[in-house]
Parts: sequence; C-alpha cells; structure tokens
Amino acid sequence: MKNKWLAAPYVVWMALFVVAPLILVVIFAFTDKAGGITLDNFSNMATYIPAFQHSFVLAIAATVICILIGYPLAYFLSRESLMVRKVAMMLIMLPMWMNFLLRTYAWMSILDDNGLINQFLANIGFFNLINSIFGTNLQYIHMINTQGAIVLGMVYNFLPFMVLPIFSVIDKIDHRVIEAAQDLGANGTMVFRKVIFPLSLPGVLSGVTMVFIPSVSTFALSRLLGGGKTLLLGDLIEMQFLGNAYNPHLGSAIALVMMVIVLVMMAIMNRFGEGEEGVAVL
Amino acid sequence: MKKHYIPSRLFTLLVYIFLYAPIVLLIIFSFNATKSNRVWGGFSTQWYAELFHNARLLGALRTTIILSVLAAVIATLLGTAAAIGFYSMRRRSRSVFLAVNNIPLTNADIITGVSMMLLFVFAIGAFNSSFLSDLLGVRWKTGFGTLLIAHITFNAPYVILSVMPKLRQLDPNIYEAAQDLGASGFLAFRKVILPEIMPGVLNGLIIAFTMSIDDFVISYFTKGSGVTTLAVEIYTMVKKPVTPEINALSTLMFLVVFALLLTVNIRQARQETASARRKAKLNPGR
Repeated sequence: MKNKWLAAPYVVWMALFVVAPLILVVIFAFTDKAGGITLDNFSNMATYIPAFQHSFVLAIAATVICILIGYPLAYFLSRESLMVRKVAMMLIMLPMWMNFLLRTYAWMSILDDNGLINQFLANIGFFNLINSIFGTNLQYIHMINTQGAIVLGMVYNFLPFMVLPIFSVIDKIDHRVIEAAQDLGANGTMVFRKVIFPLSLPGVLSGVTMVFIPSVSTFALSRLLGGGKTLLLGDLIEMQFLGNAYNPHLGSAIALVMMVIVLVMMAIMNRFGEGEEGVAVL
Repeated sequence: MKKHYIPSRLFTLLVYIFLYAPIVLLIIFSFNATKSNRVWGGFSTQWYAELFHNARLLGALRTTIILSVLAAVIATLLGTAAAIGFYSMRRRSRSVFLAVNNIPLTNADIITGVSMMLLFVFAIGAFNSSFLSDLLGVRWKTGFGTLLIAHITFNAPYVILSVMPKLRQLDPNIYEAAQDLGASGFLAFRKVILPEIMPGVLNGLIIAFTMSIDDFVISYFTKGSGVTTLAVEIYTMVKKPVTPEINALSTLMFLVVFALLLTVNIRQARQETASARRKAKLNPGR
C-alpha cells in the first residue's frame, strides 16, 4: 500500500491554496499600490498601536478567565462517573455546534441597557435600593458596547475549547499513578499539585491556543458586543479588505505582524510547556 | 467523601447555567408574539412562519448545504489519498508536509480568509486579462467556486488528522498477506486497508461537514458578492437591531444539533456495549 504519489494532488493543492496565499500576504505587505517595494505599510501601522494593545489585552484576559473557569470544571467533571462524564461532555460540545453568531446574538439582548439583566435588577428593586442609599439616579448598568462585553463574548464562545482538551488529558491520566502517589503518602492537594496538574499542562496549552487565536483575531464579536467602539485587529484587517478603508497592502502588513506575534507567543509557550513536561517525567 | 463534592458540583452547575441560559432565552423569545427580545408579549409561532418565507435565508441555507456536502466529500477523497501518501513517505518529507498541512489549522481564520481572498483576486485578475479568457469567452469571478476551494482547503487538514492515526495502527503485514493470497493492489486496498481506516475516514467526513456548515470568517472573505452562506446571512441579520426570525432559526438549529449529537452518542454507546459483549464472549475467563 506504499504509494507516496497518492499525496501528489493534495501537495499541489496545498502549494496553490495554502502556501501561495501566504506568500501573497508577505508580498502585499512589502509593496504599495503602484507595485514598488516599500516599508510604509509597517511605519503607517504606528497609528494602530491601540488596536494591537486592545486585541492582545482582551484576548489574554479572555484566555485567563477561560483557564480559571475551564480548568476547575474539567477537573471536577473528571471525578464524576462515566455516565455523568459522557453527558457533561456532550453538553459542553452542544453549544459549540451552534453558530457562534447566534450565541453572541443572545448576549446582545441580555446585556442591553433595558435588557434582561437590567430588567431583573430593576424588578428586584436593586436600583431603588442603591439610589436610596447613595442618592443617585441609577436606572441601569451599562454593559453592552463595552470592552467587558467583548471579553464576555470571547469567554462564552470559546470556553468549550478550553474545557475539552484539559478534560481529555486529565481523563487519560493513569489512575495507578495517582494511587502510587497516595501510597507514597501524598494528600489530596499534593496529588493534584505534583501529579495531576503537571500531567494536565499539555491540555491547558492546547486550550490556550484554541481560545487565544480566535479571540485575538475576532472582528464579529467586537462589532456585535463592542458596538464598534473598540477597534480590534480583526476589525482593522477586515476594514482594509472589505470595508471603506480598502487597502489590502496595509491589511496584509497588519495580518503579517499579528501572525508573527502570535507565532512567537505560541513558540515561547510551547517551550515552557515542554520544559514542564520534562520535569514531570523526571 | 460525598459531602466534599458539593461546592465543586455547584460550580459545575453555575458554569452550565452560564452556557445554556442565553440559548434558553433565545428559544423562549422565539415564541414571543411581539418583536421584542426583552419583553414577553404572549405566545406565537409567527417568527417560524416568517423564517420559512424568508427567501434569502432559505437560499443561503441551500447554498450552505450543497457547499458543505461537496467540500466535505472532495476534502475526504483528497485528504484520505494524501494521508496514505504521507504515510508511505520517509519521515523527513512526511513531517514537512504535515507541518504545511497544519498551517490552516493553527492560523487565525481571518488570515486564512484574507490570504485566499488575495490569491483569488490576483488569479482572477490575471485570468480575465489573459488571452485565455478572451479565447474561451469566460469571465471568472469570486463566488461559489472560490468558496468551494476555500472550504476544501480548510477541511482537508481535519480529514488527514483523523485518517493518519488509523494508518499508524495498521498491521503492515496484512496488505502483503492479501497480495500473497492473489489480490491485486487495488483489491487488497479495498478489501483490507479501506475497512480498517474507514472509521477515521468517516470521522473526517463528519468533522469536515460540520466545519463547513459552521464557518463564517473564511466564507465571509472568499464568497464574493453573488452568493451567500447561512453564517454570512446570519451575520448581516444580527447586525440589525431587531430580527426576531433569528430566535426561531437558533431554536431550530439547536434542536437539529441536539438530535444529531444524541444519535451519535447513543450509537457510540451501543457499539461500545456490543464490542464489550463480544470481548466478554471471546474471553469468558475475564
């Protein structure tokens, strides 16, 4: 069955539709409209430094929150019976299969100024209470079209991508390893700290990649939950290719810089991860 | 010991409420008699009726289904052949190709999207100004064709990733055994190899299909102006302030996905019990 030529059509396909497009991005990033070689696209990017900051800060925040929620959840679920684990994993995957735009749309009406959270708070007399104590005139809490709403959208949409890899790694941990640690006198916390946590790090690393990359490059979430007030890298790139600001050269340069920063971050993280794994094996 | 679990179970419950509350709200408000997503105005199914009269959305749904089926089938054929090819290669060339194969998986969707858009615009421009275009009298433009290429490109890596492990598990001798018994190369492949890797191939097909159905970003950049997919249409709908049909659509999609996942899980559970029973019969001592 050894026939390496079977790969030929796909190799040609990859060259045409994976490699060539990326080379085009590089070429576009270093040229101007007239076709001359230039670095202007990169020097013009200085105006957009806030977009870089916002994107990375919000994506890092969302990733950290996803770890803080997703890790305990995955760990707790791994201790449940087989049946519960199966149903729980199915329920984690179920929202993932629904288009993320629909899930985001739901939050738009929840976070609105006269949305469901504010209605609820008004109905239980929360605003009256606050107003009578502080003498203010609070009618609602402003939540939609803020950076917090964007982070919430990222966490809500991408949390399953954090839970699944962590869960599958913890679930595969050999129970004899844990029992051995217990036999050697480790208590619950020590077993977690010295055995389960180091062994689960690869899952955390792939979870981080799967949450961070879509978060840092999103444009739909900032448009829908941020009200277009916070310009993110995704918005910026989209504007250069399909929006009014049509300039694929600048867009390519921004995309290239974003890709390089993300790649460097992932490389550093994987290095760190491998180091941890090495320690765990020793 | 049980007492110890109560706080952790409460935490788990809260996370699930967080995950499902928005979806439950969408479902409730899909039956609202008024346009509002915030105030309940009585029970009605009018948004479902309107959904089924929304020609644009139905057209987008049809495009999406045709596109996803075609892209998944082509990606599965291309990817399975490629996986066998990669498997036959020497280690070094295999790892190079697998690294390239991983690019669409690790890259942000927006980068895959804009890079392919650049290629299509470039290639179409070159083609339309060439003598070939005049000769054939064809003007090429972005549309279903470019969408299909883009979808095949991001689907194939998933197929390869799900077929490769099955190939590694193969016993290398069985193919030769089949040939020794007189089977031609293709017959041996069809009778021996294919059944063994079939679960991986089918798995790849299903993943590819769902990825295609779900994709918004890459389609958004590669679709051109003529066609639209369901996800892109949803995006234009949710950008408007009030679109109650979206609630009805979400409810229906949720039910479809729920039914699908349930069937897959029940089938898996049945297969597992069946194989466990078979094993028990084979090893009665255990």
